Amino acid sequence: MRVTVPDNKRKRTTQPGGSDSAAEWKLRLYVAGQTSKSLTAFANLRRICEEHLAGRYEIEVIDLLKHPELAQSDQIIALPTLVRKLPEPIKRIVGDLSNSERVIVGMNLERVQLPN
Amino acid sequence: MPKATSRLPLLKKVPTGINGFDEITGGGLPAGRPTLVCGSAGCGKSLFGLEFLIRGATQYGEPGILMTFEESGEDIAENVASLGFDINRLASEKKIVIDFVQVNRGEIEEHGEYDLEGLFIRLAHAIDSIGAKRVVLDTIEALFGGLSNQAILRSEIRRLFSWLKGRGMTTVITGERSGDQLTRQGLEEFISDCVILLDHRVFGQISTRRLRVVKYRGSLHGTNEYPFLIDEHGISIMPITSSGLEYQVSTERISSGIFGLDEMLGGLGYYRGSTVLLSGTAGTGKTSVAAHLAQATCARGERCLYFSFEESASQIVRNMRTVGVDLQPCVRKGFLRIHSARPTLYGLEMHLVRVHNLISQFQPSVVIVDPVSNLQTAGTNEDTVNLFIRLVDFLRKNGILGLLVSLTGGESPLEATDAGISSMVDTWLLLRDLESNGERNKVLYVLKSRGMNHSNQLREFHITSKGVQLVEAYLGPAGVLTGSARLAQEAREIAAAEASRKEIERKELALVHRRKAVETQIEALRTNLLAEEEEFRRAVAGEKIRLGQIEIDREAMARSRRTTGRPPKKTVNEGNSAR
Repeated sequence: MRVTVPDNKRKRTTQPGGSDSAAEWKLRLYVAGQTSKSLTAFANLRRICEEHLAGRYEIEVIDLLKHPELAQSDQIIALPTLVRKLPEPIKRIVGDLSNSERVIVGMNLERVQLPN
Repeated sequence: MPKATSRLPLLKKVPTGINGFDEITGGGLPAGRPTLVCGSAGCGKSLFGLEFLIRGATQYGEPGILMTFEESGEDIAENVASLGFDINRLASEKKIVIDFVQVNRGEIEEHGEYDLEGLFIRLAHAIDSIGAKRVVLDTIEALFGGLSNQAILRSEIRRLFSWLKGRGMTTVITGERSGDQLTRQGLEEFISDCVILLDHRVFGQISTRRLRVVKYRGSLHGTNEYPFLIDEHGISIMPITSSGLEYQVSTERISSGIFGLDEMLGGLGYYRGSTVLLSGTAGTGKTSVAAHLAQATCARGERCLYFSFEESASQIVRNMRTVGVDLQPCVRKGFLRIHSARPTLYGLEMHLVRVHNLISQFQPSVVIVDPVSNLQTAGTNEDTVNLFIRLVDFLRKNGILGLLVSLTGGESPLEATDAGISSMVDTWLLLRDLESNGERNKVLYVLKSRGMNHSNQLREFHITSKGVQLVEAYLGPAGVLTGSARLAQEAREIAAAEASRKEIERKELALVHRRKAVETQIEALRTNLLAEEEEFRRAVAGEKIRLGQIEIDREAMARSRRTTGRPPKKTVNEGNSAR
């Protein structure tokens, strides 16, 4: 599996509301405080994104302990949850994302890369 | 020691407000603990949870959270609107929060470790936002459909239960029943403190819902299966044992509306608040007896509720008019209400609840059920007996005279019918046909009547255009005589009476003659006696005269002998002899 890294190397982790519409991949990671699971998940996500989507993605980390109302509106049950807002369709992955290959498959990252 | 135990803190209970449920659980659900409500599809578990929440919010000031995994908030609002609950208003008043948790397997992928903290946060947020005391999770096992890691789910659900307990939430969890197990995952029933099983059985194409408290940690509870139903007011459970035998009885008597019948019942009629069973074969005039009672009740200015399972109201009014009972004015004045329904329209429980509701609304002093036997088509025999027991208890408790009309099948023995209700009733009237001499006649008798000196006679039962009349029947060597046989017997008796009257007259006349003869004889004898007396008196008088004359003669003789003194007898004798 060949991995191409695009020119645009932008990566951002922002708080809710500060999303950048320019990013091709919009990802949201819901966590509850700084637990080991949420830290692992964030680390795993960054690693995968850096490897596959460098410069084309944006990660928004939402701490539900600070914004509990978002759990209902965004239909969050399990934590940590990764939501792929863009590209459509919305996809959800729960877990600490420790299995990179399955995350890549789940996020359809290969589909994006293969034509290149 | 009872005093010591009474001081122990008893399990606190939270009233559900569900009609009848708090009665069988002795106060409701365990406060601050989880309760599992399980059952198969369509048995009413979601409604149970919802009603628990809504009643809590509206009646007990306990706001609640509904976390639904299956239906959206809009669907639920629509569902309960048909039961008269406005859940949107409650939500806007911050009394209820509905959180629809969507779990869609196609959307969610699982990679690595996770927990359900998101659910906890949602719940905690909802609870804090309205200060909730009640939580309903409907149906939490939907999570198993959305997420595949059973181990995580099971441990997280356990954690959720203890978390809810820790927060003091009275929780209702619904669970789908599967096979022998109460829930699909076999999990919820172990971590719940109370398990309620709802059931929905169909018998003879009529379904009956039943509820059973399977477990209730730390509390006594009724263990029976309680039939319940869902109507426009939500769930109603009718515990059969809740109606005890403690009720006041009345010594007041109520006329049956038929003079002859009152006469048979000790001359005064039924007891107020008693239960009367009127059974008989087809066409014996049961409805007429019932109509008389209805009319008499209304004439006293009391209300009568007539449940008809065979005829419509107008049919009853028309038919009864032909036998001289006009119910129309009673209906018009509002004293009589006729409620007609087909027995198979709904299950027995529904019928019972209808009866309850109508009685509570109308407050009658007399309730007529015509015929109760038809209700047997709406359920099993056992169910029917239960229904009757509860109906009779309910009527007695409220001091309502109940007239239960029962149709006896032609081939079944008359006294072995009526689904075992005969032992419960106070008065049992039996109407039957007697077939003889090519005609069929009706007779009525009082099979039993508790607490009154009732007649043991068969009475012939006539339906005339002026109402029902009871005529004394004749007992002859060939049995009871009715109809023309009775008329013939009557004619014979009249003839016999006439003959005997004539005989008496004749004897009287003879006596008169004899008296006259005797009197004549007496007169003759008396005349004889008088004659004899006269003769005797004359004889005595003659003798007296004769003796007087002798004296005179003697004096004259003495004078002639110039003797002054009375001569001695000898001298007289000498003198006489000397003469």
